[in-house]
This record gives sequence, C-alpha cells and structure tokens, in this order.
Amino acid sequence: MTGRASLPAPQHLMADAFLTLNHISKSFAGVQALDDVSLVVKPGEAHCLVGENGSGKSTLIKIIAGVVTPDSGDIVINGRSFQRLYPMDAIREGIQVIYQDFSLFPNLTVAENIALNYQLSRNVRVVRWGQVHQIAQTALDKIGVRLPLDVEVESISVADKQLVAICRALVQNARLIIMDEATTALTEKEIRALFRVIRNVQQEGVAVLFVSHKLNEVLEIADKVMIIRNGRVVVDTDVASLDRSKLTYYMTGRQIEEADYDYRPTNEQPLLEVRHLSSRGNFEDISFALRPGEILGITGLLGSGRTELALSLFGVLPVDSGEILIDGQPAHVRDIQSAIHHGIGYVPEDRLTEGLFLDQSISRNIVIRTIDTLTRPGGLLSISQVNRQVRYWVEQLSIKTHDPELPAKSLSGGNQQRVVLAKWLASKPRILILNGPTVGVDVGSKMELHEIIKNLAREGIGILVISDDIPELLHLCNRILLMRRGRVAGVFDRPEITEAELTARLTEATSMARPAG
Amino acid sequence: MLKRILSRQETLVGVTLLALCLTIGFINPVFWTPGNWFDLARSATVTGIFAIGVLVVLISGGIDVSFTAIAVFAMYTTTVIMNNIGFGGGMFAFFLMSAGIGVVLGLINAFFIARFRLPTLIVTLGTQSLFRGFLLFVIGSKIIRDLPPGMAEYSGAFLFTVTDSRGITVGLHSAVLFLVGVAILAQIILRYTMLGRSIYALGGSREAAERAGFNIAHTQVFIYAFVGLLAGLAGMIYGGLNRQANAQDIVGQELDVIAATVLGGASITGGRGSVIGTLLGVTLVTVLSNSLILMGIPSIWQRVVIGAIIIIGTAVPAIRALRAGRRANVEIEPVLAEQRS
Ligand SMILES: Nc1ncnc2c1ncn2[C@@H]1O[C@H](COP(=O)(O)OP(=O)(O)OP(=O)(O)O)[C@@H](O)[C@H]1O
Ligand SMILES: [Mg+2]
Repeated sequence: MTGRASLPAPQHLMADAFLTLNHISKSFAGVQALDDVSLVVKPGEAHCLVGENGSGKSTLIKIIAGVVTPDSGDIVINGRSFQRLYPMDAIREGIQVIYQDFSLFPNLTVAENIALNYQLSRNVRVVRWGQVHQIAQTALDKIGVRLPLDVEVESISVADKQLVAICRALVQNARLIIMDEATTALTEKEIRALFRVIRNVQQEGVAVLFVSHKLNEVLEIADKVMIIRNGRVVVDTDVASLDRSKLTYYMTGRQIEEADYDYRPTNEQPLLEVRHLSSRGNFEDISFALRPGEILGITGLLGSGRTELALSLFGVLPVDSGEILIDGQPAHVRDIQSAIHHGIGYVPEDRLTEGLFLDQSISRNIVIRTIDTLTRPGGLLSISQVNRQVRYWVEQLSIKTHDPELPAKSLSGGNQQRVVLAKWLASKPRILILNGPTVGVDVGSKMELHEIIKNLAREGIGILVISDDIPELLHLCNRILLMRRGRVAGVFDRPEITEAELTARLTEATSMARPAG
Repeated sequence: MLKRILSRQETLVGVTLLALCLTIGFINPVFWTPGNWFDLARSATVTGIFAIGVLVVLISGGIDVSFTAIAVFAMYTTTVIMNNIGFGGGMFAFFLMSAGIGVVLGLINAFFIARFRLPTLIVTLGTQSLFRGFLLFVIGSKIIRDLPPGMAEYSGAFLFTVTDSRGITVGLHSAVLFLVGVAILAQIILRYTMLGRSIYALGGSREAAERAGFNIAHTQVFIYAFVGLLAGLAGMIYGGLNRQANAQDIVGQELDVIAATVLGGASITGGRGSVIGTLLGVTLVTVLSNSLILMGIPSIWQRVVIGAIIIIGTAVPAIRALRAGRRANVEIEPVLAEQRS
C-alpha cells in the first residue's frame, strides 16, 4: 500500500495528487460551513474526514462532487483546474460519492438504481434491460450481498438502501470513492465485506475519502486523518500519530470519559413483559422483562429480527403467538394507536426518511408529537409554549441551528437525527424503544445523548435500545439481549460481559449466518 | 409476481373497463356494434394524444395545464394561415405546421421552467391565459367553417368502412393511427432511452438526478416541447374531425385529460405512470361518457358519474399504498400524525 509510505516532498505531492482542494470556503445564509479548507488526496490513499455534527464534512464532499459551488478556493482534479465543477465533470474524472442520505431514486428498481448512473456517465442513449440487470448483479456480487433486483427501492429496508447506494458507487471504475457515513445502517458482516472491497480497490490505486463517526472504523481504514471543527481544519495527519482519545479530543476540544449506567436493580413489577412472542418469518419465542429504570439493549446482525421485534411491540407488525404484558396486565398492541395508548414510544431506524418532514421547520418537527398538549382551551396553539418546548430541546440535544424556523433539511445529517429524537423524547412515553439512537451522531454528542437516556431511565422509564454499537450498549445498558436468526441467542448482565466477549458472540453469529465459502 | 401484477393500477382500470363494457353491452346491445366502437375510437383519439403528453409531464413531477391552449392556438393559427395563402395541398402540411407551432409554444413553457426554475403549474397556468388571450385578440375569435380543401376533406379520411345490417355505413377514422403511433413512440422513449429514464429519475428525486449528472434543463426542454408537439397535432386532428376551426374550443378540457391520466396510474407527485395505463384510463373515461348517452342518462349526470369514477379510481391506490406502507414500515409518521389529529 502506497498510502502508508512516509510523506514525499511537496512538489512530488502536488504532481502525484489525484485531488487537490485549495483554500475552500463556503457559507450558507450567514453560517460559515467551511472556512479555508485545503485537502490533498493521492491515489491509493485512504483519507478519513472526522468532525462533530455540522462541522462541514458533507458540505466539503458536495463541493468535491460538484453539487455545491464553493464561495472561494479552487479544485484541481487529475491536474485539471476547475473554475466551476459540475456533477458530471466530477463523475467523469472518476469521483464517486455515497451520500449520507443515499440519494437514490425511490421510484426505480434496485437494478436500475445501481446501473443508471453508470450508463449515464458512459453516454448510453438506449437502455437495454438485460444489461441493467447484469451491471447490478455484478455490483452486488462484488460485496457478496443478495438483493431482489426488480423491487422498487422505496420498499426496501434502510440497510438495503445503503447497500444499493454502495453498489452504485462501486460499479463505476472510480478513482476516488467518497463515503459519507456509508456504514450507518450496516452491521458487522456487511461492514467487513465493504472494507474488504475497499482494500482491494485501494491496491489498484483507487483513493478513498471516508467519513464516519465510528472511530474504530476510522482508525482501521485510514492512512491519513483530517479533523475539522466548525468548518476549519484542526489537524491533517497520518493515522499513526493518532489514537481514539486524541481523535476525540481534536474533534470536540475536550476529553470525553463516559461512565457506565449506574443501574440499581429493583423488584418492582415489570413495565413490559414479553412471553414466547413469535411472528412467523421474523422472530420466534422471545421472552424478556423490562422493569422501571432498566435500559435493555438488543443487538444482532441484519436479519436477526431485532427491528421486527421492536415493530411488533409498537403494533406495526402483527404477532402470531405469545403474550405482551404491560404493568402485569395482558395488552393487545394491535396497532400504533394502541401502542401509544399503552405509553410506548418508538424512534424508528430509518429516521431520515421515516421520521422527519424535511421541508417543514425544525420547530414544527419537534412539536408534532405533542401538539395536543400545547393547545390552549379552544384548540388554538400556544405559540409561547411551542417556543419554550422547542428551545428546551434544541438546547438539551445541542441541535446546531441558528434558527429553529429553518426547514429541517438545512441541518446536517447528525442534527436531523437529533430532531427526531427530540420529537419522541418530548412525548414522554413510559416505555421507550430506541432503534439505533446515536447512529450518525458524533462522539461528543453521543455521550450527551447517553446521559439524557440514562436520566430518563432514572426517572423510572423503561428503555429498549437496539444498537450494533457495542461500546454504546455497554455504557448504556444494564442488560443486553443478543438475537440471532429471530431467536434469543444470549442474555448478558452488563458488568459480567466485556466488549471483547460481546463482539466475539456477535461475530460468532456472523460466521454462522454466512454460508460456507 | 402475480400479486404485483394484480395490485397495479393498470390491472384495476383494465378490469373495471371490462366489467363496464359487459354491463353496458348487456343493457344496450348497440354498444357492441362496429359503429359504436369506431365512434369511441374517434372520441378517444384526441384525448389519448393529449393524455400521453400529460403522462410525460406527470412522470417528471411537473404538471401542464396549457396544452389545450397550445392545441387550439396551433390549430386555429394554422387554419388562418393556410386560408390566407390559399393552400390547396393535403392534410399533412397542416399537421406539420400545427405541430411546429405547438413545439414553439412548448418551448416557451420550457424556457420559464428550466431557466428560472419556476413551479410548472404556475408557469403553465400563466401561459394558458397568455396563449389563449393572444389567439383571441390578435389572431381571431370567429368560428371558421370555410376551411382550406385539405382540412375540409380530412373528416372523411376513413381507414375502412363497413355497412351494418341496417344498411348504415360506418368507418374507422384514420386519425386513430396517430394515437397508436404516438403511444408507441412514447413507450419507446420512456422505457428504452436514457432520455425517458431521466424523466422518471427527475420525477423520483430531483436532487438525486442532479447529483447523478443528469442535465435537468435538457430533460425539461424535451418534455415541454414534446407536450407542445402532441398538443399541436391533437388540436389539428380535432379541427379536422369537427370540420371547423373554433378559437373558443378545447380549452377547458385539460383537467379531464389530467384526471384520465391519473386514473390510469400516473402519479400526480411524479415518478410513476405508464403508456398502457394512460390508454386504459382514457378508454375508460371515453366509454363511460359515450355510454351514458347510450343508456339514456341525462348529460348533467354524466359529469357527476365521471367525477365519482375518477375520485374512486384515484383513491383506491392511495388507500392501498397507505395500508402497504404500514405493513412495510414505511411512512409510519404520516399515519401517526393522522391518528393524533
Ligand atoms: N442547504 C443548506 N442550507 C443552510 N445551511 C446548511 C445547508 N447545508 C448545510 N448547512 C449547514 O452547514 C453546516 C455544515 O453542515 P454539514 O452537512 O456539512 O455537516 P456535517 O459535518 O456533514 O455533519 P454530520 O456529521 O451531522 O453529517 C451545518 O451547520 C448545516 O446546518
Ligand atoms: Mg454530514
């Protein structure tokens, strides 16, 4: 790998570079998203871009892709300088982006989503459907996943959408692959496969620009790391000179040390008890109890049934047999309404497409779940109460915006996630199901979110956390349930299991789930 | 696979159409005579060509309400010009000129939409008034019955004629070939060309289309020019079949055409729709309105019945989508919002 070699002389560096950004600045309506950022990416090099939510990572990527025009600075690709870079220029120069929001066509099939951009950039005028399928199948085979080709992307799961976005980029013979948090919806197994592919293409001289809030991924894949804070570069260095705590420090400007959840066991009646719950094809014979103040983690790979279980508890997916007890009483959670009636709240997995009205303002998005508690007698909305609630949550979750009346789509990805979380936390459920609560949230804020979740639990709420993030589960939960192929494969009390053990149990599930070879 | 076919709007409309035909045929056997079917084909031709244009716009996520104004403008202006120069040739030249005028007017729409990124509804509402006003005040507003010879003869241009048992001679008009040709052309463009796929892509997600490197302005120029072309063509056919050029005609039909297209499965929010569905939608509406006469239902009631069919026909897929969405865990939010309010 050329990338690990020591730094060459500056002139060489310029000649060698695939991509050079010089003094890029960009502001949106008064918000300085990027301030004098320079970046050099060489062939075969894996460059990681890290920074807090809203620090400007996605903006920088969109500038490289020709989607956003910088206010100042210049872009040199392959030695060619671009006054104004258009998306097609970037693509023709070999730049492929996996966008944070996937940027797929919901109305087109999986096959066409993968093949369309490829054919477009090759000036194909006549579409041969056999070829479309072939291109798509080749791409899927590359990372070893199986997806139905003729299904509309709209109807597939988040993880599958992300896989489609990845395949679409891999199918092009890219010279630079940019991944803006491309692993958020994936579990160990797919991430391993993706990283294998990345290493392979790197050997062939393809450069990678990688954005992730999962620092272990960053440390694993990077040759070089660039850290930005509030749109400015703070550090741009070899990965060898960094470790987890230094990374965190440079990103946030402070040391972060998270304490585990100090759960004190009680013998109170369980808020929620599940007995032998089954839903054919989804999960089977699941039993557990959730007492007030408990934070129960649920983990497992894609297809382990964890999301389906959550959906059943929220009344979305029907169950075939088994019982759900709430406060010791058998409860019929037939639909979402009865789930809400029983005090259950659910933060969905695919928050960017499921949980937000992107064109509506941030404040409207926050209050939508609690709108009926904010009305004055007569049914009119109390503006002051709305504002108070919005201000409270913007502050609590440090949502980075200078005006909550702006549309939600003006927020960075991580900040959009917080808005969804705010909306559900504001509704004060008694049982809260969080599906990947901190996906796409930066390390610093993650700890703050964990603190908020722990405080909710301390107030006596029962919380279910579905997550792949093992350190997160260990910090947050007092008990962890491991699911595999729809069944409970193990229950661990937190002090009795270590990070290494839990990871091992999960990977064990990987090797079992994957067919031989 | 079977389930997917069964759940398509096209299937639903097709089955409804079949049931309707059987019912009407049972009540009034005249329905199954060649004369009635030739009549239906003739009525469906103009609406069908319009609807194909509307389909293309709807797929792209836009809407065009100016095509009727383009049609009448192109037809009337062509008639006036041909009369003034004393043109004695065949109908082909009329189609060419009318379609050409249609393209020019369509390009005016495209200019505002692609260049200034204005909402398509606003632009075409504006140009509808503009084109119509210009026509009535500058070109003329009188009904022209004294047509150039080529146009006057067109209404008799049958493909073939048959004489039925009662000795009445009826014919299938050749204009229906235009509908067939336009449908095939649209099908090929939409399904087998990158241009067609860019229309679907644009309707699915404009942002994603931009990022993928599609030239959205080019696509939009094509779309609105194509609609203009079809409008000019359909307008001329309309004038020829009715043996008069009436500047007050056609405008006012646009919502019916859009409704028939939506009934055939085109999504008003963009990204979805098919040529076959559109043809079925148009046929359903045509059969319905023609047959209500056949069944002796007063004409005021026709509007009510057609309105009801359109509401039901478009509500069914919407409701089904909502149900399916709940099952598949998409769009939980809107359902929730609904339940709370
Ligand atoms: N279209 C826009 N309009 C207004 N502000 C914007 C727009 N796009 C980005 N911003 C602002 O620019 C800043 C940087 O956003 P960006 O999306 O680049 O952050 P990010 O580093 O990718 O964050 P995350 O980790 O949350 O994805 C944010 O403050 C964001 O609100
Ligand atoms: Mg981002």
